[in-house]
Amino acid sequence: MNNPQLNKNGELQHLLSTEGLPLPILRDILDKAASFVDISDGLDIRNVPLLKGKSVFNVFFENSTRTRTTFEIAAKRLSADVVNLNIGSSSTSKGETLLDTVDNLCAMHADMFVVRHSQSGAAHFIARHVAPEIHVINAGDGRHAHPTQALLDMYTIRHYKKEFHNLRVAIVGDVLHSRVARSQIHALTTLGVPEIRVIAPKTLLPTMVENLGVQVYHDMSQGLRDVDVILMLRLQNERMQGAALPSAQEYFKYYGLTEEKLACAKPDAIVMHPGPMNRGIEIESSVADGKHSVILPQVTFGIAVRMAVMSMLSGARV
Amino acid sequence: MNIHIKNGRLIDPKNGIDAQQDVYIVDRRIAAIGKAPPGFVAGQVIEASGSIVMPGLMDVAARLREPGYEYKATLESEMIAAVAGGITSLACPPDTDPPLDEPGLVEMLKRRARSLNQARVFPIGALTYGLKGVELTEMNELTEAGCKAFSQADAPLTDTRVLLRAMQYAATFGYRVWLRPQDSFLAKNGVAHDGEVATRLGLPSIPVIAETIALSTALQLARETGVILHICRVSSAAAVDMIRSAKREGLKVSCDISINHVHLTEMDIGYFDANCHLAPPLRSQRDKAGLRAGLLDGTIDAICSNHSPVDDDAKQLPFAEAEAGATGLELLLPLVLKWAEQERVPLLDALAHITIKPAQLLGQKMGHLSVGAHADICVFDPKTSWKIEPAALKSQGKNTPFNGYEMQGRVRYTLLDGQIVYQST
Repeated sequence: MNNPQLNKNGELQHLLSTEGLPLPILRDILDKAASFVDISDGLDIRNVPLLKGKSVFNVFFENSTRTRTTFEIAAKRLSADVVNLNIGSSSTSKGETLLDTVDNLCAMHADMFVVRHSQSGAAHFIARHVAPEIHVINAGDGRHAHPTQALLDMYTIRHYKKEFHNLRVAIVGDVLHSRVARSQIHALTTLGVPEIRVIAPKTLLPTMVENLGVQVYHDMSQGLRDVDVILMLRLQNERMQGAALPSAQEYFKYYGLTEEKLACAKPDAIVMHPGPMNRGIEIESSVADGKHSVILPQVTFGIAVRMAVMSMLSGARV
Repeated sequence: MNIHIKNGRLIDPKNGIDAQQDVYIVDRRIAAIGKAPPGFVAGQVIEASGSIVMPGLMDVAARLREPGYEYKATLESEMIAAVAGGITSLACPPDTDPPLDEPGLVEMLKRRARSLNQARVFPIGALTYGLKGVELTEMNELTEAGCKAFSQADAPLTDTRVLLRAMQYAATFGYRVWLRPQDSFLAKNGVAHDGEVATRLGLPSIPVIAETIALSTALQLARETGVILHICRVSSAAAVDMIRSAKREGLKVSCDISINHVHLTEMDIGYFDANCHLAPPLRSQRDKAGLRAGLLDGTIDAICSNHSPVDDDAKQLPFAEAEAGATGLELLLPLVLKWAEQERVPLLDALAHITIKPAQLLGQKMGHLSVGAHADICVFDPKTSWKIEPAALKSQGKNTPFNGYEMQGRVRYTLLDGQIVYQST
């Protein structure tokens, strides 16, 4: 099976998933992102004209503020023209098919699509249908993938931990419905993290999750023991109504990250979250704002990582 | 017109014949096998040397999409596809729009099919009105109109008491009940097998227990009511095991499998190939092995195309939004041959799954080439290689997970009631 993300030269054509993303390309993205971060100022991101004259279309079939905004900032720092479209509230509700929408946007001379969609596989579907000079970045498709989030997480881990080969990483929460968790797991395994744990009740874990290369824990204190990195997942509100969980309170009691549970991890463990956070449900405020938390640097690095992805895609030869 | 099918290899599973024998057709029926009947003069000779002569295929599940879904397919287009695939009889599920729940609709369908004079159509009536799972249909009237069995197609029947009543009523008159077992709560919103691939791709899933729990209910109700129960489109190894035990116990139960499940697994979904969005879902490698074992030991009676043509607009969507279904009428025979070759199944046994066994499931004395039988015949060349190209298919549905597959075996002639209704060019 051809890897739909690579062109015939083996270069990144689309960024759809961290699964099947070759290690050298993954490393390139992280290195390139580092070049956009101004080292002197620690976390400042530089402006560069790499995408001058290019049009980046943020096509969001599902609402998002944070991800769309960081993509927009990243594209603007690369001097691209940015168009934001919230399709969720326009075309499809008028009965236009996804392909018609995409064809119309292509006719507006888009160079790059940043796509978010509620259906798993939507970004692959769009990538299959666009002309070869157009690049697609998956900004989240259903439960499947959210590769730029995972990449910025990898960047953050590397920033604080330097290496991957000696780490123990725990992912906590609703893995079943999480595109972030899937993308994180693939990226971590590619980068050679020897021990990846997922911690959740059985109702929030997909079938055969171990086959992704993770160890399953249902007890948070055990799962967090001696870990270097804690990746918290957002718990969607609707999960608290169905049969997946009895209540937010009970979830917080067993799977919310508190100071007490955090103490099981290594003393220098870092705590990450893709946002937006539910304080008091999956994470205690004192942890979210505490000295282990790197949640805000994640957001800043996210801009550099998205700049890196966009500049690499636009550099691919057609 | 008298027809002489000459020099072919005759394979007739019902009569256990696999030998070079000529077939003589007089007055639309098989007049003799081997030796010409006295005074026989051929109006037409079909030279079949190198070809296999077999009973016309019987397909127990082919959606013709009429009435109601003519934009997906029409009776005209699908009957041409059927005979091009060597199929002379097919059963169509009741999930048309409106569903086949009243005699007028069934009569109209039969009349339309008859006027086309290609394949025979055996309608499966709706078990409940509108397939809603609440009120029983008039099974006697529907049977008189031509229904051969009663089914919910893929529509759920969640009220177990209604299912019990339906089976009791059907059993009263000896009618057949066909069910595709799937617990609708466990299958809710699911689009792929609950396993490795759905986990990796983040697709909402349907677990095997959705099939086995509903199957367990159906088998227990069959034991209770004595109904003749047919299980449609088994998809899991566990379901095959349950049906094997039920048969051993002596329940009047039979089952079929779609040709897609004989060959494909969840892995074929690859990167969200919507052509592999099927109902029931493609399951694991282990399930496929269990299904094939069920075919070999006779637990699974028939192989069907589960022909479900879908229009392009409904398939050109992200995986979960794409409509389930695949075209299959023209692929059934070559895919059965492929399976037989892979598993080294003698053709005499393999072809029984698409001739005599489906005929028995429909209660029809057909699917064989005994002297006196209607001359429904398929003549195919087992050596012709061809590649599946959707655009070349005669069915209006072009969607197939077998796109680009190399096939061996191609239909040369299809005869219905002693008349040539298809001839390859």
